Amino acid sequence: MPELRVCALYPDLMNIYADRGNLLVLERRCRWRGIDFSVTGSGLGDRLDPDVADLFYIGGGQDRDQTLCARDMAEIKRDALHAAAARGAVILAVCGGYQLLGHSYQLGEETLPGVGLVDLITVRSDAPRLIGNAAIEVELEPGAPRVLAGFENHGGRTRLGAGATPLGRLLRGHGNNGEDGHEGVRRGNVIGTYLHGPLLPKNVWFADWLIRAALGLGEPLAPLDDRLEAAAHAEARQAAGV
Amino acid sequence: MTLLAAKVAAARAVGSLARRAGRGGGTSLPGKVLLALEPEAIRELAARLARGSVVISATNGKTTSAAMVASVLARAGVPAVHNRAGANMAGGVASALLTAARPGGGISGELGLFEVDEFWLDRVVPQLEPRGILLGNLFRDQLDRYGELDTIADRWAAVVAGDQAGRAARLVLNADDPLIADLGRDAPSVTYFGVEDPSVAIPEMQHASDSKHCRRCGAAYVYDVVYLGHLGVYRCTSCGAARPAPSVAAERIALDGTSGSSFDLVTASGRSRVELSLPGLYNVYNALGAAALCLSLSIPIDVVVSGLREVQAAFGRAERIAIGEVELQVLLIKNPAGANEILRTLVIEPAELDLLAVLNDRTADGRDVSWVWDADFEMLASRVRRVTCAGTRAGELAVRLKYAGVPPDRLHVVAGVAAALDAALAEAPSGRLYALPTYTALLELRGVLAERGHTVPFWEPAPV
Repeated sequence: MPELRVCALYPDLMNIYADRGNLLVLERRCRWRGIDFSVTGSGLGDRLDPDVADLFYIGGGQDRDQTLCARDMAEIKRDALHAAAARGAVILAVCGGYQLLGHSYQLGEETLPGVGLVDLITVRSDAPRLIGNAAIEVELEPGAPRVLAGFENHGGRTRLGAGATPLGRLLRGHGNNGEDGHEGVRRGNVIGTYLHGPLLPKNVWFADWLIRAALGLGEPLAPLDDRLEAAAHAEARQAAGV
Repeated sequence: MTLLAAKVAAARAVGSLARRAGRGGGTSLPGKVLLALEPEAIRELAARLARGSVVISATNGKTTSAAMVASVLARAGVPAVHNRAGANMAGGVASALLTAARPGGGISGELGLFEVDEFWLDRVVPQLEPRGILLGNLFRDQLDRYGELDTIADRWAAVVAGDQAGRAARLVLNADDPLIADLGRDAPSVTYFGVEDPSVAIPEMQHASDSKHCRRCGAAYVYDVVYLGHLGVYRCTSCGAARPAPSVAAERIALDGTSGSSFDLVTASGRSRVELSLPGLYNVYNALGAAALCLSLSIPIDVVVSGLREVQAAFGRAERIAIGEVELQVLLIKNPAGANEILRTLVIEPAELDLLAVLNDRTADGRDVSWVWDADFEMLASRVRRVTCAGTRAGELAVRLKYAGVPPDRLHVVAGVAAALDAALAEAPSGRLYALPTYTALLELRGVLAERGHTVPFWEPAPV
């Protein structure tokens, strides 16, 4: 029986936007299909084994906690995350975690280091936070665009470098910086996004895509009865106005 | 007529116009008008109160705590000027004062009792110059509206430390909430209250717990006992900060499901049994804070105890309404910590539960519904007979319950609060139905019940 092994980075600090909902959706949707599931945590000061998981997850946190995690991640976990990405593990970073995937996150006088997995920088703006329901169009498989809907709430403005590809095209909301119409970042199986709310319960098709990608499965997963999930997705899209 | 009197009259006229025009929720409007005409109106009117003012704030329980203090004050024969349930920003405070103001510089009432929104505390306290400030708790709540918890804690710290008015007030603080207790560290005059009964502790910290790290040094707190969310008996092994010993404590707590609760109120002068018709440990905390505040006003303890016994639930705070053969109990849910306490109270009930759960995502609810994933709905997994889900995000709530382990065939999504209520009532053979609405859903539910001629207790919607 296959098993999805998830490693949650800083689960006690980077969890502010109900990030456990994302992990719960992965767990249930694996188990309902007879796929084993295990989750481990990696906290401040813990060395990270790049082979410990098929999917690494980092959520959002308060400024103080994010600062602690940024330094720890850059100093202790950077190499392991690069190694995990290089062998095709999924790395999903949401909101505050997303801001740490790039080169740096500048917060006023202070600049937090990023892990450099993707070519982007983030700068905290004095302008109002970007808050609200949002929806984006993503094309994870060529020629098959799908919609992700969620909620964003961030003070940082993220700009992608020339070598980076956004996760999706903004349909509604603010996205990376409120200006360029881009949301998130994707480099292979490394994905960053500002969409929470949490993201996966209202976009279970994306949860299934992540499970497949993490396990390297070619064929689609067995279908589930997703009537309630479809209603939640429709509501989230409607809230965003899409 | 003095200038202020003219402005008071003008603001009142606007209020009565709004009422005649049938606009709901007009309770804060006259106050807003008054503040626009006279920014110092709260200060000037509050100064007329012979016994000064007290202020109550918290993420959860401020309405109920204020109702409890009001009941004690009534019993003590102290006429109060009270911004009743809801209207708890500056406009609401000003409206209450405006209503009580009398010509010739008088005011009908001796003591101001003001429930104040978390984000308005630092604007209202300097005006009111209260003699007492009760701060109950700080939980994660509506991140899209309130921002991070640390931000509110910092603003509250500025109120009690920096501001003249804040420093002059006696602080009544929850010793069990590290964010709150820390506010009293350097304050000249503090009363701490807390729970002293490990039998009501929970085995481990709930997921949504906040403030797990020391506000002073950032190290993780060690909890010897967890009572509720991040409330408990804690200490920092790094800097030595620890829960202060409460001088007003609850011991021998008894929780009687959704029916009520009781505890020993223990102070330096003795021990008295408090009987509450309000359920759950969260209401024990509300009563304890209210008692500590009243005792700090030199109200005798027997008056405090009898005042607390008489408190009836505000609408949406465990109020019971008979609908035909079914007893409906309405329990407002609005954030993870509050919802967890409601759930914890519900699952004490021995029978399988029939629920009407209504999740809205309007501004007053918080547009971001992610909080339902932080609340521990897992407690319900094997305990519900049927859940009728409604609201603008009914599907999201049904998904939350499904992933919490509630069998999907027990989950029913029904569009519209009225239709959902009918469906839930028709399917509640147990004779009991618990409604769990978010804030604006509570307003809708109240509207539906009132239309159908059910008696709903006095209650004012909050301004949004």
